[in-house]
Amino acid sequence: MDVGIVGYGTQIPRNRIKVEEIAKVWGADAPAYKKGLNLNEKSVPMPDEDVATLTVNAARNALLRAGINPMEIGAVYVGSESHPYAVKPTGTILAEALGICPHVHTADFEFACKAGTEAMFVALHLVKSGVMKYAFGIGSDTSQGAPGDALEYSASAGSAAYLMGSDNLVAQLVDTHCYMTDTPDFWRREGAHYPEHGGRFTGEPAYWKHVSGAVNAMLEKAKMKPQDFNYIIFHQPNGKFPAQTALKLGFKEPQFRHGLLTPVLGNTYSASSPLGLAATLDIAKPNETILLVSYGSGAGSDAFIWRTTDRLPKVQNLAPKVRKQLDEHKVYLEYGTYAKYRRKIIKPE
Amino acid sequence: MKVAKHWRETPERYRLEAGKCKKCGHINFPGRLICPECGTKEFETIRLSGKGKLETFTIIQTAPPGFADLAPYAVGIVELEEGVKILAQITDCNPNDLKIGDTLVTKFRRINEEGKTGMIMYGYKFVPDFGL
Amino acid sequence: MRDIAVIGIGMMKWGELWEKSIRDLAVEASLNCLADAGIDRVDTISIGCMSGGIFNGQEHLASMIPDYLGMKNTPAMRVESACASGGLAVRTAFLEIASGMSDYALAVGVEKMTDVSGGEATDGLATAADQDYEAFNGINFPGLYALMAKAHMHRYGTTREQMADVAVKNHRNGNLNPLAQFPGLMTREQVMNSVMVADPLRLMDCSPITDGAAAVLLTTVEEAKRLKKHPLVVISGIGLASDTIQLCQRKDILKCPAIELAGQKALKMAGKTIRDINFAEIHDCFTISEIMIMEELGIVERGQGGPATSAGHTALDGKFPINTSGGLKSKGHPVGATGVAQIYEVVTQLRGTAGKRQLKNAKVGMTQNMGGSGGSCVIHILEAKS
Repeated sequence: MDVGIVGYGTQIPRNRIKVEEIAKVWGADAPAYKKGLNLNEKSVPMPDEDVATLTVNAARNALLRAGINPMEIGAVYVGSESHPYAVKPTGTILAEALGICPHVHTADFEFACKAGTEAMFVALHLVKSGVMKYAFGIGSDTSQGAPGDALEYSASAGSAAYLMGSDNLVAQLVDTHCYMTDTPDFWRREGAHYPEHGGRFTGEPAYWKHVSGAVNAMLEKAKMKPQDFNYIIFHQPNGKFPAQTALKLGFKEPQFRHGLLTPVLGNTYSASSPLGLAATLDIAKPNETILLVSYGSGAGSDAFIWRTTDRLPKVQNLAPKVRKQLDEHKVYLEYGTYAKYRRKIIKPE
Repeated sequence: MKVAKHWRETPERYRLEAGKCKKCGHINFPGRLICPECGTKEFETIRLSGKGKLETFTIIQTAPPGFADLAPYAVGIVELEEGVKILAQITDCNPNDLKIGDTLVTKFRRINEEGKTGMIMYGYKFVPDFGL
Repeated sequence: MRDIAVIGIGMMKWGELWEKSIRDLAVEASLNCLADAGIDRVDTISIGCMSGGIFNGQEHLASMIPDYLGMKNTPAMRVESACASGGLAVRTAFLEIASGMSDYALAVGVEKMTDVSGGEATDGLATAADQDYEAFNGINFPGLYALMAKAHMHRYGTTREQMADVAVKNHRNGNLNPLAQFPGLMTREQVMNSVMVADPLRLMDCSPITDGAAAVLLTTVEEAKRLKKHPLVVISGIGLASDTIQLCQRKDILKCPAIELAGQKALKMAGKTIRDINFAEIHDCFTISEIMIMEELGIVERGQGGPATSAGHTALDGKFPINTSGGLKSKGHPVGATGVAQIYEVVTQLRGTAGKRQLKNAKVGMTQNMGGSGGSCVIHILEAKS
């Protein structure tokens, strides 16, 4: 059975903070950070936004493109590393907001930055197995970096929702492959407010090993070569890693140009590569081939090969496009407001 | 801990569910047991569009508990396309840029929480209609 | 229905009365009232209090107050209609006598608001709004009236200066009232530059948080004539009406059917029109409220409340004096007591004992007491009879 994406939707907060603004407070070298990370600014959620609200708004946009009866959705899966509750699913809030309860399966996923593609992987395969007609796989995050830490420059917020089904597809799934090992490059312990990471260890033994491992295995399995793809999207913790990795693996800049959002968005963690995919779908033409490879610390990568269909151009304009949410009506914050919004400074009750 | 009290309002707060009188068509938000216009007790459940024009608004400076992080914030009365008026916060905007007559749409947002470890209450807020 | 007179009034200076509890306040005002009447026993006690529970953790005032008044076993009840609780208590006392159930009915209004913090008091006041559809969305009472103010400014061109003039005028009156919480004079600039609360309302556009009580004693006109202690003041008309609790569910947010209907009923009962009323105590919880209420009552045309105030028409020497006591703004607003204190002021004027703020032509007065954003309203008309 063919399976794939029936509708997709995104939500990105309107606030931004620039690298210079954060660097100014901590006495860091802003130009060096910007160059070294290929990062200029990141999105910041309002105090009234969280993973649940971003997820609901992204999912509603996906339904605008899907054009299906929501009561036929069999499952909603939400992947994040900043779910509003440690115990109580984001998925139940989403299902109620969509009005599709009670005969729906839900689960919340976590696997650092690849929780979103995990949710997509499971949604796709449940549809493929024939047990349900449609399933949502969503990646959303409002992650934080510790004050003054390198991750503070990039940790941002966003959501991308994918409704998977088996007909009226906008992008058909060609194949998937997962590559995973136990690698302690980045984690957050229960009760800890901010994550910790292994510094340079997050590069070669973590990001590179799993992304390239997934890419190589995927290409071999699908009997394809880098030049067979119109677009590629890799997980994008900064603007450098995905570009360097892509070039090393034999891909070229025009292939990853449209999907690389981090320079103006930051790292939306579980939404990172899913948002890159959505930005790509916004501009892709029918019968183009896309490679999506996520990366989650801990560690693993999910690879997906998609082929766009004739239906894609018909739905692109039915919901807000990623570039519109990224580039229009931005509000720049200074550090004090950002710290207040992100509860890095708290007024006593 | 008022969990049941908030849970009970889920259809209205999450989906803008309202009751449309089967006899006279008057829309009640929230729904009611008896129509205030014609006294009929039969209603059809509808979901409001959430889109409308700003009739009036204020900018709250001295905020009630739980809302201090957002102050100053705007709260307004919006007349929806269906003819019903609802009151809600207006977010994602510079309150000083708002004008009576602006077109606003609702978004699902976090309204409040019962402390750092208590329940989170979600609901509807208005944002300017920028198509985001 | 029997004809009813007010034969006793009692109050104290209002303010942050740290040393007085809710029972102290209610008892003190009641004893002052009974002394004024020269009566020491009553048949019923109607208590107006918005919330002993929220502000003091104390309900069951219908037991506590008769008890501490030295009148245990006296039938009593507490009535509540948010900020109209006091006016409602007076109406309830009226009904007791009019129906023949009682000959002497005491109405006491009381609120003790400073045992909780300012924020908690504001939160308590917000229970007069729709909790799930107004308060839940982060609006408070200054906010609700600010919504009306902005709409009024947009529709009629009412200005912040005109709103400030309401406060200036009420402070000028309160300056002459020894019982007022804030008798200091105020300028337009002080009002307009005070700290922002909810745009366009600033702190000095808002009535304060106050502790206080007021009491009035009602009986039949026959009894009043027999006692002959004070000039005869009768209650000739009463109107009570309710309307939607949610502001946005009114057909027109700048029209208040509760006020309009209560006014019509009171005037009809008294056999009068608004032109026959000489002066009024009205519910200026916010400066915009006084402007809107005087329009709703028909004292001026819609949209003319601001200009009339700035032109001095509502001053002590104006065409239609409003809030000679200083109003809620200067006198204070212990919520449940306000409606009763309005009667206190009108009776004082009608008896001719208002001292420096005495009106020359006080024959027929009106009190207008309102709950929430206009969800309930009770109006009394009182007349001096020879």
